[in-house]
Amino acid sequence: MPRWPWIVGVLVVGTGAGWFATKPTPLPASALDGITGDAERGAITFAAAGCASCHNAPDGPLDVLAGGKSFTSDFGTFIAPNISSDPVHGVGGWTDLELASAIMRGVSPDGAHYYPAFPYTSYIKADVQDIADLIAHMRTLPADTTPSQPHDLGFPFNIRASLGVWKALYLRDDWVMDAPTPELERGRMLVEALGHCAECHTPRNALGGLDRSAWMTGAPNPSGDGRIPDISPAGLTWSAQDIAEYLNSGFTPTFDSAGGTMADVIRHTSQLSDADRMAIAAYLKVLP
Amino acid sequence: MRRTTPFVVALCLSATALLAQDLTEEQDRALTARQAHMGLYGFYLTPLGQMAQDRIPYDADVAAAAANNLAAMAAIDQSAFWVEGTDSSLERSRARAEIWTDPDGYLEVKQGMADATAALALVAGDGLDALKAAFGPVGQSCSACHQPYRAPAN
Repeated sequence: MPRWPWIVGVLVVGTGAGWFATKPTPLPASALDGITGDAERGAITFAAAGCASCHNAPDGPLDVLAGGKSFTSDFGTFIAPNISSDPVHGVGGWTDLELASAIMRGVSPDGAHYYPAFPYTSYIKADVQDIADLIAHMRTLPADTTPSQPHDLGFPFNIRASLGVWKALYLRDDWVMDAPTPELERGRMLVEALGHCAECHTPRNALGGLDRSAWMTGAPNPSGDGRIPDISPAGLTWSAQDIAEYLNSGFTPTFDSAGGTMADVIRHTSQLSDADRMAIAAYLKVLP
Repeated sequence: MRRTTPFVVALCLSATALLAQDLTEEQDRALTARQAHMGLYGFYLTPLGQMAQDRIPYDADVAAAAANNLAAMAAIDQSAFWVEGTDSSLERSRARAEIWTDPDGYLEVKQGMADATAALALVAGDGLDALKAAFGPVGQSCSACHQPYRAPAN
């Protein structure tokens, strides 16, 4: 009996420490000091990050980020929120810092964790300048008044606080690959950070963390049948030019064409410069 | 009797499920034919695409012939390809069930390809710039069908 208060005390302190260690951590308040977003450059970041692939309305235009697309997963169904410039239903009322914290840390303005269906796990590696440009661009896009829908997740995944533990395990800002040349550095920024290619092309463990030892080697399709292909050199023997052409036109070297979610991706990569598409290809060609 | 009935029912159901992978001749022929048709699209797209991507020199005769064939193939009625029971639940097939549940949507994108390839056939012999301009919409028409109606490879 006399032991109980001691155990309860340990539990309280332990839980408190656990909560503290895994509580949402936004960007520091000074993160955007001295940085001004450039909306024109942000349009390129917007295409590179493929924001509209998830956040446009189903079958809607790419510049209206009304949300509403649903994404099934092992954890439940996620529904992309409205991130248009509408101040009530979108994110038009958020500060730049709040938006940057959402994108780069997965933390909402009211201090809650976002689910990593939102690939802040990749965007954490982006340059703050790129994200400031992206935000400036998003503010120029149309407002839409469609209300965001709640996700449909089972227990325990519906408890956002549990994401703190997940983030402590899997939210990492270090690069997977070395980038010894400027082209590889740009390619790495486009593939590992903005383009978040690994989110689909890299397999995950049981808790949904990316398996970095199997980087870009393909994975089960998270939302249905078939597999997302291996795009490491072992699985993809195309030349760098072949890869760049595919990202431009959607045509493979034998003139089959992209389908499924990759067709959505190519709607965005086709807006990049030839140099950016070649940088992506260069990065993929030097993967182990 | 009471005990054996569920067993017999289960046996019949599993036998049906096994048979479902065994295609009828009609299903087999439709699958083979439509996959060959898709392969021929790729065959005629290749010289056109390689010219559009500056990988081989432009040749007006080759381009015109390939584009005419492509347009002819895209224009024909293809409804006999889509025999029931040949969707991507089969190992051999990547045709999504939506082709059968949304035939109007499928026919619309199929017409989109017929239109884009007809437009390409009109200009493919008129020089590389004309070819390039008309080739882009053809590529978009491929994706417009593959995105909703083709499943990823296994």
